[in-house]
Amino acid sequence: KKPPPAPGCGFAAPGAASLSQLVLSFPHRAFFWLVSLLLASLIWFVSVHLSDQEDSKLQYGLLVFGAAVSVLLQEVFRFAYFKLLKKADEGLAMISEDGRSPISLKQMAYVSGLSFGIISGVFSVINILADSIGPGIVGIHGDSPYYFITSAFLTMALVFLHTFWGVIFFDACEKRRYWCLGLVVASHLVTSGLTFLNPWYEASLVPIYIITVCMGVWAFFTAGGSFRNVLKCLSCKGLAGGREGCVPRGVPVGSVASVWASLGLPWVFGWDGCSRWGSQRSRDGGDDGSGP
Amino acid sequence: MMITFMNNSDSEEEPCNERTSLMSAESPPVPSHQDGLQASEAGEAQTHRKRRMGSSRSPNNAADGNMSGSSVPVRESALENEEEELTLKYGAKHVIMLFVPVTLCMIVVVATIKSVRFYTEKNGQLIYTPFSEDTPSVGQRLLNSVLNTIIMISVIVVMTVFLVLLYKYRCYKFIHGWLILSSLMLLFLFTYIYLGEVLKTYNVAMDYPTLILVIWNFGAVGMICIHWKGPLQLQQAYLIMISALMALVFIKYLPEWSAWVILGAISIYDLMAVLCPKGPLRMLVETAQERNEPIFPALIYSSAMMWTVGMAKPDTAARGPSQQTWDTAEDGRENHRSPSHSDSEISETRSPVPTHPITSLEELEEEERGVKLGLGDFIFYSVLVGKAAATASGDWNTTLASFVAILIGLCLTLLLLAVFKKALPALPISITFGLVFYFSTDNLVRPFMDTLASHQLYI
Repeated sequence: KKPPPAPGCGFAAPGAASLSQLVLSFPHRAFFWLVSLLLASLIWFVSVHLSDQEDSKLQYGLLVFGAAVSVLLQEVFRFAYFKLLKKADEGLAMISEDGRSPISLKQMAYVSGLSFGIISGVFSVINILADSIGPGIVGIHGDSPYYFITSAFLTMALVFLHTFWGVIFFDACEKRRYWCLGLVVASHLVTSGLTFLNPWYEASLVPIYIITVCMGVWAFFTAGGSFRNVLKCLSCKGLAGGREGCVPRGVPVGSVASVWASLGLPWVFGWDGCSRWGSQRSRDGGDDGSGP
Repeated sequence: MMITFMNNSDSEEEPCNERTSLMSAESPPVPSHQDGLQASEAGEAQTHRKRRMGSSRSPNNAADGNMSGSSVPVRESALENEEEELTLKYGAKHVIMLFVPVTLCMIVVVATIKSVRFYTEKNGQLIYTPFSEDTPSVGQRLLNSVLNTIIMISVIVVMTVFLVLLYKYRCYKFIHGWLILSSLMLLFLFTYIYLGEVLKTYNVAMDYPTLILVIWNFGAVGMICIHWKGPLQLQQAYLIMISALMALVFIKYLPEWSAWVILGAISIYDLMAVLCPKGPLRMLVETAQERNEPIFPALIYSSAMMWTVGMAKPDTAARGPSQQTWDTAEDGRENHRSPSHSDSEISETRSPVPTHPITSLEELEEEERGVKLGLGDFIFYSVLVGKAAATASGDWNTTLASFVAILIGLCLTLLLLAVFKKALPALPISITFGLVFYFSTDNLVRPFMDTLASHQLYI
């Protein structure tokens, strides 16, 4: 007799399934995120062009406004995606034999959050990564020399946050707990706002990580995890026993992937690159010979 | 060696453009361009055609969908539900199976564009785009690009019509020879140029004997894999590589504005050629259906997916309309067989149909899962993304946005394919999304993201 599936494992069902789901649905969610970004940029662009371009304070204000609009639009599109998924889910449930749909909404929530996180993180960090290859000195104009490494950490936090927000958001929409929704949107705004404090990294990075951890714990409990499950999973040691309370493989896969992607590379280029570039620049006289 | 192409309902596939050949399932397209030298007309035409996407679905779907217009079998609702579920499940697999090669092709093109400077340097133009864009005024430049597009599209139309006529009058040998010549040029000459440029970029010295050995092996194996038999993955890899090479040639030799206008025009052409009743490609399909022949199996990327899960239902379902499924499946099979025989046997391979033993029906059904996408689609998707990478002022966001847009377009097209169950043009939706996203990201999102990044703001 099979024991009932432990609820915590609904968080991320068998790793293989969620990887293919991730690949399959990544473009859809990325598309939604991109459309939200596009709309926000449009609003910002129009507002900038309608205003006085010389006034830097106004421009900064417009930037803040643009960022806030973008955050709100992202959440709106997350909700729109949720609605779309619900419809698809219902459709699938109707045509399937036992009235249940083959995809689990919790799984979808996780994958959706992760996709949003990936596209958002990649958009934020890829230009920085590309620039980090080229010759240069970080912070030569008086900015912080820790630009790359903090960008890496921020991106990682953002990816995790989007994943957790996805889970919480979908669950809140399912159960119609609108205060949860409001809290998610508020925390997104707060996170984005904290990045405005940016060269003062203690004030921005630390709170953002605190928020990330809190969201992570909240998402874990929302997905049905509990301390008992954690202990059971740890003792199973990653047994792939399907739903039997064992380590959900999707979480480590997604987390490790995002950590590496957002942290590993910039660490390599950013951290020890600082001194290297300085010496190279003085040696080469600034000419990039055979660089791509 | 086993050919594991899946090609189930050929008749529901529209023939691809010049890229597809009548003969073998694997003839590669081959456009032959050189720096402004006149390529053979045939080669050119091939390069520009558009393909369409066909999807091989399970036999029941094939039967349902009816390609050749034969009667759709009546099914009970339970069977239909089962089939719908299978369709969706395997539809998802199909989508992934197309994502991977399209993504790989784009990755190769973008990686080359970003690292090898040769492909972003202006070194002349093709003869098919004679008007230069180095004009002082914007209006003149626009006019030139529109004229270039008109010339290019007319060349394509003429070539397609030529191909249709050749097919109508059964000049199979001519087409076969044309394709072999094209693939020879692509696999040897373009690879040589590509390899030369890559070696130059990374400053790696290579002596001629080694180079000749490498190119010879690469080209010979490619010819065999593509035109004859080969392991499926190797065949797919070669098709991806030649699509990438072709896309690179286009990116290099098409002037900027002309490239965008051509992309737009070619998706409109694709739409019309496939869907209009008098479109050349549609006429081609109809001719092939009348003759009950496989249509242009070549120059199509096909993903094989063998599974025996749920065979029972499709089996029983397929036995009903078995005759019709059989014919279409048989046609599919013929495509796979043809590469191994000479082209003159094309008509003869059709005759063994009635004599096939029943046991091969299962084997056949196992093979009948997979999706096909024409190589021209790969090429034009890669041209769009490559151009975005080349001209978007060093910005990766634009490239990424175009990439996502193309994938979404592909998903939507596959969805429509599942709904309509007939061959559809794969270009219009993806290219439209790609163009919209490219221009909007380049002009709207880029300044926004740059300003945000300069203050290290995250949204």
